[in-house]
Amino acid sequence: MFKRLIVVLVLMAVLVTACATPTATTAPAETFRIAVVMPSATTDMAFSQSMWNALTAIQTEMGGATALEIKYSENMFNVPDAATAIRDYASQGFDVVIAHGSQYGSSVQEIAKDFPEVTFAWGTDVNTFGMNNVYAYTAAAEEGGYVNGVLAAKLTKSKIIGVTGPVEVGDAKTYIDGFVQGVTAVDPTITVSKTWTGSFSDVALMTEAAKTHIAAGADILTGSSQSVVGSIGAAKEAGNVLWFGTQQDQASLAPALVVASQVYDWTGMVREIIASHKAGTLGGKTYTLQLKNDGLKIVYNPGYALAADIKAAGDKAIADIISGAVTVQP
Amino acid sequence: MTDVFSVSVIVGILTSAIRLATPYLYAAIGETFAQRSGVLNLGVDGIMLVAAYGSFYVVLKTGNIWFGLLAAIIIGLLMGLLMSFISVTLKAEQGISGIGLYMFGLGLSSLLFKTTIGTVKTVTGFQPVKLPLLGDIPIVGNIFFNHSLLVYGAFLLVPLAWWVLEKTTWGLKIKSVGQNPAAADSLGVSVERVRYTSVCIGAILAGIAGASLSISLLNLFQDNVTAGQGFIAVALVYFGGWRPFGVLWGALLFSTVNAFQLWMQVLGVKIPSDVAIMLPYLLTIAALALSTNRGLAPAALNKPFERGES
Repeated sequence: MFKRLIVVLVLMAVLVTACATPTATTAPAETFRIAVVMPSATTDMAFSQSMWNALTAIQTEMGGATALEIKYSENMFNVPDAATAIRDYASQGFDVVIAHGSQYGSSVQEIAKDFPEVTFAWGTDVNTFGMNNVYAYTAAAEEGGYVNGVLAAKLTKSKIIGVTGPVEVGDAKTYIDGFVQGVTAVDPTITVSKTWTGSFSDVALMTEAAKTHIAAGADILTGSSQSVVGSIGAAKEAGNVLWFGTQQDQASLAPALVVASQVYDWTGMVREIIASHKAGTLGGKTYTLQLKNDGLKIVYNPGYALAADIKAAGDKAIADIISGAVTVQP
Repeated sequence: MTDVFSVSVIVGILTSAIRLATPYLYAAIGETFAQRSGVLNLGVDGIMLVAAYGSFYVVLKTGNIWFGLLAAIIIGLLMGLLMSFISVTLKAEQGISGIGLYMFGLGLSSLLFKTTIGTVKTVTGFQPVKLPLLGDIPIVGNIFFNHSLLVYGAFLLVPLAWWVLEKTTWGLKIKSVGQNPAAADSLGVSVERVRYTSVCIGAILAGIAGASLSISLLNLFQDNVTAGQGFIAVALVYFGGWRPFGVLWGALLFSTVNAFQLWMQVLGVKIPSDVAIMLPYLLTIAALALSTNRGLAPAALNKPFERGES
């Protein structure tokens, strides 16, 4: 019995040490401090990385870690853990706490009340809960989806396109809805098959879904979430299947097969949030990344030789969405 | 729209099912050894993660898939020794220490991935090998005989595990230690040694399960790449009634239904995706509820052995 007790105590000690909150760092007064809580890793090639890249870009722009301190908690797929981290950061006196996941909404709503001097930003969603220290942010993913769809429709030879989606919600859904509209606008006879794995992180099932699309004749694939690295892997293994990315430039995963990616660029938004905070405005606004405000960008992969006329069709779709000539339904 | 029951779709479903079943088979057959000896190892998923990372890293750096497999085996062995030390020597509560091992594996693999690789990369892992003659059989050849070596290995493991457990003295020792450790002990069988070996074999196979993902089926590593497959594997051991062929049947059922639902979605069959995704789990729960396997559990499962206590 005694031995077991020791083991339990040792385990407890390890757990407690592991869970201990980092002690507040003493930063110079002029350092602006941002903390971000993310559902996946900063290197996920998708949603979390898009925010991470924006923050590090702004840090460089402002002059490094002495001007902007960034703290992050990643892989916070467990919402209660994320809520604890959000509250910890707020109580440590961070200027801005970003809750980067639509699942964190109710936590932000509850915690923001207790820290009226801290700015909270969360997304993707549009709801600021009527609080003047909360920002909500979202991405009009359907816009880039439409552009990718137009390009894909021009490139498919088998007239079958596969979409590997995670869960039918949020920007995963709106991206794919936009994609289908883009394909249909070019050629309504093309079949777009969709699969959902029910998980943002199940790479194995995502890979098998992509292989299934390929076996059913798809020669172009797209999809969203951090698990699409599996789909890209399947496309690469097949060798002749093209990929369209979203959230993050995914060309590095299959340099020969990625045609274009819709990239989320949160830089402008974060820059504005920092400036507003310094000027005394802490929140109360919703940001939407769009093609027209440069929050969304279509990045063509230089490694893929895209025919000029097809690229022109993509550029025209971008221009039409910006001018309002084409409206994409989310 | 393609006919759902056309030959090409059925071939597609079964080929997918065989691929999907592979990591479950390694992990669940391994766990069968551990549990037959009386040790519930819930850390399978953690071992899979560290081994998936380790084998991927080795292949990324050396380009040699066999070194990668070896890395997975060594990692499995080390984590198996750790689990045995905690649960057999220190006699800690098995469920809790298994969860601890899982969390350790999840964190360690994620930390190492971040510090040594940093971003998602791909490698050339085990490639599909079409078997001579067998691979040329129409339909059947495509379904069964055009896979990577690790896939063949998983299926060959099933009869091998059955033979070891049912036909060898060593298998008898494993089972007797799991059934009645006091009796086995009185006959001079070292309960500790048998449990250490069984847990380590299970852990090595869990390591290969991880490698089958990162250097064969997916050829990439990402944080939490297993997405809980190790826990499904533990459930498959119960499902299979602690027998290798029962585990095989469970793994095939689960993965066939999973492959089936993916094809239904691809073909645009009008069922909500949420229902499709639930199908393999619903069916597994139903089969589990209706099965009469519960009585087959090793009597000493989850009970640390202390001489003279029972």
